[in-house]
Amino acid sequence: MLRFAFGRILSAIPTLLIVSVTVFFLIRLVPGDPAALLMGDHGDAAALAELRERLGLDQSVLTQFRIWFFNLLSGDFGTSIWIGDPVLPLILQRFMVSVQVVIPAVIFATLVAVPAGILAAARQNSAVDVSLISIATLLLSVPTFWLGLLLLLVFGLHLGWLPVVGYVSMRTDFVGGLLYLVLPVVTLFLHEIGTIIRMSRASTLEVLGLDYITHARAKGLSEGMILWRHTFKNAFGPTLTLLGLILGNLLSGIAVIETVFTIPGLGRLMVDAIYARDYPVIQGCMLFIAFIYVLVNLCIDLLYSFFDPKVVTQ
Amino acid sequence: MRRFAPNALIGGLLIGLLFLMAIVQTFWMPHDPMKLNFASRLQPPSAEFLLGTDEFGRDIVSRLMMGAATSVSISLMTVGLAVVLGTTIGLISGYNRGLIDRVIMIFNDALLAFPGMLLALGLLSVFGANQYGIIVALGLAYTPSVARVVRGAVMSLREREFIRASRTMNNSELYTMLRHVLPNCLAPLIVLGTSMFGWTLLSESALSFLGLGVPPPAPTWGNMLAAGRPFIEQAAWLAIFPGLCISLTLLGINLLGDALRDRLDPQMRGAV
Repeated sequence: MLRFAFGRILSAIPTLLIVSVTVFFLIRLVPGDPAALLMGDHGDAAALAELRERLGLDQSVLTQFRIWFFNLLSGDFGTSIWIGDPVLPLILQRFMVSVQVVIPAVIFATLVAVPAGILAAARQNSAVDVSLISIATLLLSVPTFWLGLLLLLVFGLHLGWLPVVGYVSMRTDFVGGLLYLVLPVVTLFLHEIGTIIRMSRASTLEVLGLDYITHARAKGLSEGMILWRHTFKNAFGPTLTLLGLILGNLLSGIAVIETVFTIPGLGRLMVDAIYARDYPVIQGCMLFIAFIYVLVNLCIDLLYSFFDPKVVTQ
Repeated sequence: MRRFAPNALIGGLLIGLLFLMAIVQTFWMPHDPMKLNFASRLQPPSAEFLLGTDEFGRDIVSRLMMGAATSVSISLMTVGLAVVLGTTIGLISGYNRGLIDRVIMIFNDALLAFPGMLLALGLLSVFGANQYGIIVALGLAYTPSVARVVRGAVMSLREREFIRASRTMNNSELYTMLRHVLPNCLAPLIVLGTSMFGWTLLSESALSFLGLGVPPPAPTWGNMLAAGRPFIEQAAWLAIFPGLCISLTLLGINLLGDALRDRLDPQMRGAV
């Protein structure tokens, strides 16, 4: 087990390395001279040359990459052109805001959708199954930004139960901050249960069709016992993998929800940076989200071995 | 087992309706979707304007029809780009194996280490936030998944008897690849392509909603939602109908995708 964990952690290093190389060269693809872009129209040749030297743009690409990469290792993601602050603290601060929306939504969705999927599979083709799978497919098809707008329209504007848009840190006003988070969290929750119910149902069905389940039934075990003891643990693996993908997609797609509810999160930061052509911030956001994605998937692979010990010996 | 059940029927109808909207708008729309008319701004649905008008007095039905055409053409071109690039890469990689395969797959897997939307956002910042930027960015972002699927299919095919037979008959590698290997990759490609059409439509709407997609005044469902957002208190229909169009289209694709997968790819049955 330890060797498996160690090997898996080591294998994440080249991935992270290639991810950083990709991000560095992706931004180099931007047409035009970054220094000229920075100066705008009002720079003379001497000032331009001076800026190029200060940014290290007069060096070869490889030298630039080396400097950039070692800065990265020491936690220096560069400085935002537009805001003027160092990129990493900016990202971390915005990330903490996004996390407050994403994590509760994924946890609640898992708690509701995994049992719902198992229930649907256990009663395959019954009315319960058909309605659950229909609801799931329907929820899956509604884009989060529209669902958010509808919830905002009903609960914020017509019923007036919840604050409409904005964000208050829970540190300054706990209850107020919590109320602002309800609608965005519910929106993501509703969207994600669709995906998770379908996955949980499919993998449970697959396990229920295996011989050892038939054997357990023949032994006279109760259906509840079979589902809980023999099916759940084996069927949860694929759902766990899906959760990793969902987290990554949420982090990179959160901008739409943050736009609907005007939350100053990481997604908004990246979109605003794209508007402003603030390349250090774009680069930083891409790296940060991709790193989190790789790390989350690493943790999930390690957890996976608990549900499916076979992966350790392979 | 022949289960051409409600899934395929409803899905097919919804997608048929989408294409119908996109085609009909080329020669007929109830009103001019671009014409500003401040006298009739923010009108609720009525006999003249079936789904109401927007903040500039433009007819929503006409704008939805034009938006359908934009979304369909962007999605088709994106899927086309990803399928052509991905299939080429996957065929070369899977058929040759060895060093070429390994090098290609290292890059491919590195790109798969990014969530699709993140890669698309990064590429969009390079290619520019407009219609063509979206096609290139999303197309490139989906290419690695296509390459993976095609490579997998090719790997399992290349040692099969009929492929060996083709080689033994002295057919050229290229002929064998195009005549015998490629057609057998079609089933997984169609399943993936259908899902990708849905992903693209959703991503394009999301990007347009964020202001990174097709710029106004050209209507897309995404930028109509974004434009209607400040007015939702007086004019809820502005926020309702474009979203409804996106949702019904995605529902159609999901249902159709499930039905296709059950028919074409029994191994993937029940998978998400």
